[in-house]
Amino acid sequence: MNNKTIAELARGLRSGEFSSVELTQDYLERIRQFSALNAYITVTAEQALAQAEAADKRLAARTADLLTGIPIAQKDIFCTDGVKTSCGSKMLDNFISPYNATVVEKLNRAGAVTLGKLNMDEFAMGSSNETSFYGPVQNPWDVTCVPGGSSGGSAAAVAAGLTAGATGTDTGGSIRQPAAFCGITGLKPTYGRVSRYGMIAYASSLDQGGPMTRTAEDAAIMLQAMAGFDEKDSTSVDMPVPDYSAGLNQPLSGLKIGLPKEFFGEGLNGEIAAVIETAVNEYRKLGAEVKEVSMPNLKYAIPAYYVIAPAECSANLSRFDGVRFGYRCDNPADLADLYTRSRGEAFGKEVKRRILIGTYALSAGYYDAYYLKAQKVRRLITDDFKSALAEVDVLMGPVSPTVAFGLGEKTGDPIQMYLSDIYTIAVNLAGLPAMSIPAGFVDNKPVGLQIIGNYFAEDRLLNVAHRYQMNTDWHKQVPKGFE
Amino acid sequence: MNSQWEVVIGLEIHAQLATKSKIFSGASTAYGAEPNTQACAVDLGLPGVLPVLNQEAVRMAVKFGLAIEAEIAPYSVFARKNYFYPDLPKGYQISQFELPIVGNGHLDIDVDGVTKRIGVTRAHLEEDAGKSLHEDFHGLTGIDLNRAGTPLLEIVSDPDMRSAKEAVAYMRKLHELVRYLEICDGNMQEGSFRCDANVSVRPRGQAEFGTRAEIKNINSFRFVEKAINHEIERQIDLIESGGKVVQETRLYDANKDETRSMRGKEEANDYRYFPDPDLLPVEITEAFKDEVRVTLPELPDAKKRRFIEQYGQDDESAATLTSSRQLADYYEALVDASGGEAKICTNWVTGDVLGALNKAGLEIGQCPVDAERLAGLLKRIADDTISGKIAKQVFEAMWQGQETADQIIESQGLKQITDTGAIEAIIDKIITDNPGQVEQYLSGKDKVFGFFVGQVMKEMQGKANPAEVNKILKTKLKR
Repeated sequence: MNNKTIAELARGLRSGEFSSVELTQDYLERIRQFSALNAYITVTAEQALAQAEAADKRLAARTADLLTGIPIAQKDIFCTDGVKTSCGSKMLDNFISPYNATVVEKLNRAGAVTLGKLNMDEFAMGSSNETSFYGPVQNPWDVTCVPGGSSGGSAAAVAAGLTAGATGTDTGGSIRQPAAFCGITGLKPTYGRVSRYGMIAYASSLDQGGPMTRTAEDAAIMLQAMAGFDEKDSTSVDMPVPDYSAGLNQPLSGLKIGLPKEFFGEGLNGEIAAVIETAVNEYRKLGAEVKEVSMPNLKYAIPAYYVIAPAECSANLSRFDGVRFGYRCDNPADLADLYTRSRGEAFGKEVKRRILIGTYALSAGYYDAYYLKAQKVRRLITDDFKSALAEVDVLMGPVSPTVAFGLGEKTGDPIQMYLSDIYTIAVNLAGLPAMSIPAGFVDNKPVGLQIIGNYFAEDRLLNVAHRYQMNTDWHKQVPKGFE
Repeated sequence: MNSQWEVVIGLEIHAQLATKSKIFSGASTAYGAEPNTQACAVDLGLPGVLPVLNQEAVRMAVKFGLAIEAEIAPYSVFARKNYFYPDLPKGYQISQFELPIVGNGHLDIDVDGVTKRIGVTRAHLEEDAGKSLHEDFHGLTGIDLNRAGTPLLEIVSDPDMRSAKEAVAYMRKLHELVRYLEICDGNMQEGSFRCDANVSVRPRGQAEFGTRAEIKNINSFRFVEKAINHEIERQIDLIESGGKVVQETRLYDANKDETRSMRGKEEANDYRYFPDPDLLPVEITEAFKDEVRVTLPELPDAKKRRFIEQYGQDDESAATLTSSRQLADYYEALVDASGGEAKICTNWVTGDVLGALNKAGLEIGQCPVDAERLAGLLKRIADDTISGKIAKQVFEAMWQGQETADQIIESQGLKQITDTGAIEAIIDKIITDNPGQVEQYLSGKDKVFGFFVGQVMKEMQGKANPAEVNKILKTKLKR
């Protein structure tokens, strides 16, 4: 039952095929069995079983939600009360959160069972899960390859059946790229749709949490529980949350799809381009109209992102100073020593690199040339998306220019690593919702199709993804050895 | 002061806003709690927490802006000011930088009978930091984050002041205003109202400003004047002996009455300000401004003008009585309740009441004799039940207890004696007992008359109606 979808598991729980406790035990056993994947940082078996028992009572009392009793797992960036919340860093290896993130609170309330905390790139900075203090995660499709990042643990765990669904966060592609690399469905919602309270900040104006699941149908179920206004997050948007499951089956005839020509240029693996083309043809068969669109400023997305995100992170990570929580160096000689050694010893290389870039970009004399300029570029990119989406309903393209690459292959070259997010980053700059869904294979590794929608059009995205999944079976493929 | 030099002063005042909760969290702002008991997850800067702006702080800032006739920004932005310090939990302070909520405004001060307009450049909202406690920790530093996140309004003046005296007048005026507006309790001991001064000197007639030094954290009116005067002297001495003032931050040491260098310009931090992505820009509509405008009280200048007109007060009394809103309210309540003359009320409040408060170290809000009880006393003076002198005695008793003037007059038998028969009997006795003084008076020594009045009053325990005593004495001692 580990390769069942959330929707199927929910039916099984209701028909009495299995209980939540049985289901949870089964998943916990499987997590132990496949611990070599390194997908989990913390397994919360005891709490999970207690939640499962409570869920079984709710199911019996018929007060259950769709998620009640479903085993899920949290990316270790979401604060969970009483549980270590490491953010993949040595800095927070000793941090037990005293409170729940809003997303955690909401999923708990829905009755989901939390199996544990998932591995990730340190402070969500990375595209391969290799910057984690807890070591890299293996890709279930090829254990010599990366699962993508930063939500690499989430993607690998869902793909390997170590959880029915997972939370992820996406600042520049951190849900979509690992979803693509691991052959699962990932949704990055509109900025402001899901509360950021309790989600440890990397780049506050770009970060957004979302679901990572086997299917679009499951993503709809999870997003339903996660989304909504939160008075604790001033940037969350006070708009009603639609019924995401209700619109899944709407026919796609007349759907207007735009293909940004900038997504299909130099650097894109030809076989991936062919997979995307096939997927787009499938949509034509489903009644969609396809046209090419152009977004000339997309080429500036990576440089703009690598000014804005590091600038914000340089301030966001200042609170990790060894004073109140987290790592503190041994025997600090004085205050400066406490700061420099605590931060120097506990932050990894990539985190330090981004703090330095950000600090530089914000410094007196450089602010206008870097930060301000990057914000202007961001506006231009947003305008490009707005005019494209005025013509079409959704945009489609690849998620990443390559399939999952080898562990260690790009760790020596940050620029090559950054380019892995070339098709995803612009979406965060614009704050739009986007999905990655499995669309085929290249070299026996999954390829993701990216679907980008208009602001708060998650329901439309899910509908577009779901109809595709009703007519294809890429999302049903299971990596060898994990059947 | 050396008249060759002109002094230029600008003040930055931090007024702690009197909100119940902090500017970005729900924790209480009450002063004096056990360390770290009023700091929630947001104030501690725990991983994942987010700030949410307290609307009340915005309302107070707008109220202040309207009171000084300033521009209220329709759109203002919170920024992060980045620096590391142990009592700054997030490693940045949320403040406003490029787009403050309050723009150009002004405040009028009176110095030596001359009114001068001082410009206010801006006022912006920000959060306070915690406190580092260097004593009692055996060489270590303790951190108390109760104050972290307390809302501050930083009010920056134009460099319009030309003497320490003007600076103090401005500071007092601002202090009076924020309390009138009830946006700050003005408690300087608790740090609710703090001042930094930018001081420079230039040769009289020169257009450019001299190099300034910033004096940090001067927390009383007296210290402001002393610190500025000391700094002026230091700068003039320095220049006259061939030196140069350097731009730096200096700390005033009240014990030694001197300022000393804290850090120079080279060591100044690059705060790397940028807009805080966790907070939306603050948008102020005309409707919101109107809503706040109707809550503005009568402001000190207007009230003073009215007191002069309505109650016939002189400038000084009016200034005193309008120096705080509560005192002015007390005065007007007294006039209302006593139904008597405003003049008598003015004398009592500026004299007896303020004197007694001063002596006891109390504020008007803590006055043991409220306006209504005091009115009861003034009525008994007006209807001749007691004399003005006895009234002081009754006031003393009212200060100590809860009784009304009537109860005290009754229980202590202080009712004035107007019975001419009784007074005459006493006067006859005193004339008989003091033939020497009678002789002196009759021989033309008018001063001796006072002696007789004193004797009569003494005999009658002050209860005799003085007018009656005078009249009878004059008749009996006819020359």
